[in-house]
Amino acid sequence: MSVPSDIDREAMVVPADCLEAAESLREVGAQDGRLTPEGDEDHLVVNIGPSHPSTHGVCRIVVELDGEIVVRAEPVIGHLHRGIEKMAENRTYMQVMPLTDRLDYVGSMYANWAYCRAVERLTGIRVPERAEYIRVIVCELQRIASHMMSIGSTGADTGAFTAFMYAFVQREKVVDLFEAVCGARLTYNYVRPGGVAADLPEGWEEKCRAFIEQHPTAMVELDRLLFGNVIARARLKDIGVLDPATAVAWGATGPVARGSGVDWDLRRDDAYSVYPRFDFDVPLGERGDCYDRARVRLWECVQSCRIIGQALDQLAECEPGVIKADGLPRLLAPRPGDAYDHIESARGSLGVYLVSDGSVRPYRMKVRSPAFANLALLPMLARGHTLSDLVVVLGSLDPVFGEVDR
Amino acid sequence: MEEGCAEVAGIDDVARALERTSGGGVILTSLDAIQDWARGYSLWMMPMGTACCAIELIAASFSRFDFDRHGSIPRPDPRHTDVMIVAGTICTRMAPAVKRLWDQMPDPKWCIAMGNCAVSGGIFYYDTYSVVRGVDQFLPVDVYITGCPPRPESLQDGILRLREKVRAESASPSRTREIEGVLPLPSDAPRGEAGESE
Amino acid sequence: MNITELREYLCTQYPDLCPLFSIEFGDGVLTVPSDRLGEAMCSLKDLGFDFLGMLTAVDYGDEFELVYRLRAREMHLGLFLKTRVPREAPHIRSVTALWPSANWHEREVFDLFGIVFDGHPDLRRILLPDDWVGHPLRKDYEDPNIIRRPDYL
Repeated sequence: MSVPSDIDREAMVVPADCLEAAESLREVGAQDGRLTPEGDEDHLVVNIGPSHPSTHGVCRIVVELDGEIVVRAEPVIGHLHRGIEKMAENRTYMQVMPLTDRLDYVGSMYANWAYCRAVERLTGIRVPERAEYIRVIVCELQRIASHMMSIGSTGADTGAFTAFMYAFVQREKVVDLFEAVCGARLTYNYVRPGGVAADLPEGWEEKCRAFIEQHPTAMVELDRLLFGNVIARARLKDIGVLDPATAVAWGATGPVARGSGVDWDLRRDDAYSVYPRFDFDVPLGERGDCYDRARVRLWECVQSCRIIGQALDQLAECEPGVIKADGLPRLLAPRPGDAYDHIESARGSLGVYLVSDGSVRPYRMKVRSPAFANLALLPMLARGHTLSDLVVVLGSLDPVFGEVDR
Repeated sequence: MEEGCAEVAGIDDVARALERTSGGGVILTSLDAIQDWARGYSLWMMPMGTACCAIELIAASFSRFDFDRHGSIPRPDPRHTDVMIVAGTICTRMAPAVKRLWDQMPDPKWCIAMGNCAVSGGIFYYDTYSVVRGVDQFLPVDVYITGCPPRPESLQDGILRLREKVRAESASPSRTREIEGVLPLPSDAPRGEAGESE
Repeated sequence: MNITELREYLCTQYPDLCPLFSIEFGDGVLTVPSDRLGEAMCSLKDLGFDFLGMLTAVDYGDEFELVYRLRAREMHLGLFLKTRVPREAPHIRSVTALWPSANWHEREVFDLFGIVFDGHPDLRRILLPDDWVGHPLRKDYEDPNIIRRPDYL
């Protein structure tokens, strides 16, 4: 059998409906994203998304390819822009709470907490100690659940689908604990201004201790399963290398910055709530590639178990039953002014800026979303890699598009 | 199209003829049973997950709740699938993409609207400028699953109800049964609108 | 350096801006007129403020107020910088050259408020489609698609 030396392009017939769909795509997208090759004219401009199994949500990426190598990768976001900041201006401070759940929907607990901290700063509410400990416990559990989702999808991006299943086992255990505490599996609306919505049910602390006892072993197993695999290592190491100076200049926070060696964690460096009372380490990467970022997430889960254990011990010494500040009015109407507060979420520094004009509704709510800032790094990190590595790089930045697009 | 209608009319005539002959009804019900079994028990789904409900859709597909035992596996390519599960808020910028993917799905196809945002716009009904209030504004929805987000068990219940709806269809269109809605209809509601979708 | 030392330093450098520096909740708030934004930003960057966390705008009717949140990681200091631009001529200098993270933040403010950042390398809409008309987060944004939530209070 003879192998043709050149591909006969005329012989390849493209079905008519594909052509039509492709033409209409070029029309619709002509305004969004730069669709003409900016480098060599032989480069191919390809559209990935917005509905794509590997894009972790609705992200459209316009990729300019030189063969298989990415020359330019431009994320076109806004496919989940629901106008939450505009909606917040027509709702009271409590009515905005469920909207904050839907921002970072993989981690609703800390999205709630960031908003509550901004409201408490604006109004001067003091949160009782027991509520602070409960907040820390649920947020560290939420960090574990979010990282399980992220590490699992890192595995799925490299083809290791089994790792996704194993990570989800741990996530389901955390979600069970959350269901016992507040009744919801995903959008909790549990952390409220002034405290938390309800106290921990009876027997919850034992279940939580049982979870954190088995979790580090599960993490070691996941580490060996995913990061010990030679194929996953080859797909993750030296891909998407980010140096520390660029990370800081581009506003990267969280595991994306810590994977590059930037030693900055808000829980330790700008300690808020009762975090100064806990003893924990902050994992750091060295090379700043996808491998380091994913492993930073994995070891952060183990550190979270440490924090939860200490918090459960210290919780026993708190006054029982006091989980909300006294004398909260039914309608919060803070004094005119503005306030900003931030927390360390699973993706980085999540902040909420509130402006009040003295009425019961916020005048302006702005959410500083870490995934939005981290995603700006994608064009730089993906350049020079192959198309399949682009997907891995996007996964390692861990975007959640509810937060990116708001 | 007209040829298609002629064929369909032909099937109806054949069906009526078979019904009049003795033993013909058995052939028809057997054919329908085979079609129902083939379609209803292997509803491959296209997960159009945009927001929070997508996480519950993923959780429903995984080992704890296991969609695979119902015959549903998630396929990212619309041309391989029977059901599009729209999970999450659809914004005006995303809607053309969803519609294009729906058009790319081959017949027979069904649509499940999962979550309050896909059903009616949900929590984003008021004060937004960029949200499509319910995916049934541009897609023919067969099953609505409410919840914000619905539990994975609700989603699996939705697939089972869709299976009942699929089983009500027949190879000859005149024999297709109507599905009763679950909720009691108000007495002045038009019969046709509420009967199709639950 | 802590926040009081920063205040003293800025007061010696910019004596006319000194009364516009306040300390709230341990964070400094510096208000500058829009034409002096560039020099204030450059001097803060030289001082060690290497991280631009947030850049947003608020619509106050006649004016837009731009709020920048800067952070000096080594010194554990956070600073707010506020400036106002008139509604009729919403132009301000871009700080992308100092902090590249401002790139996407400024695009978002342009998209939602219509404030033009002079010197931005690629000022396009980011969250809304490129052919969207209007800037939604302005207080006078009219859109027939919006259904107002009834006041249940």
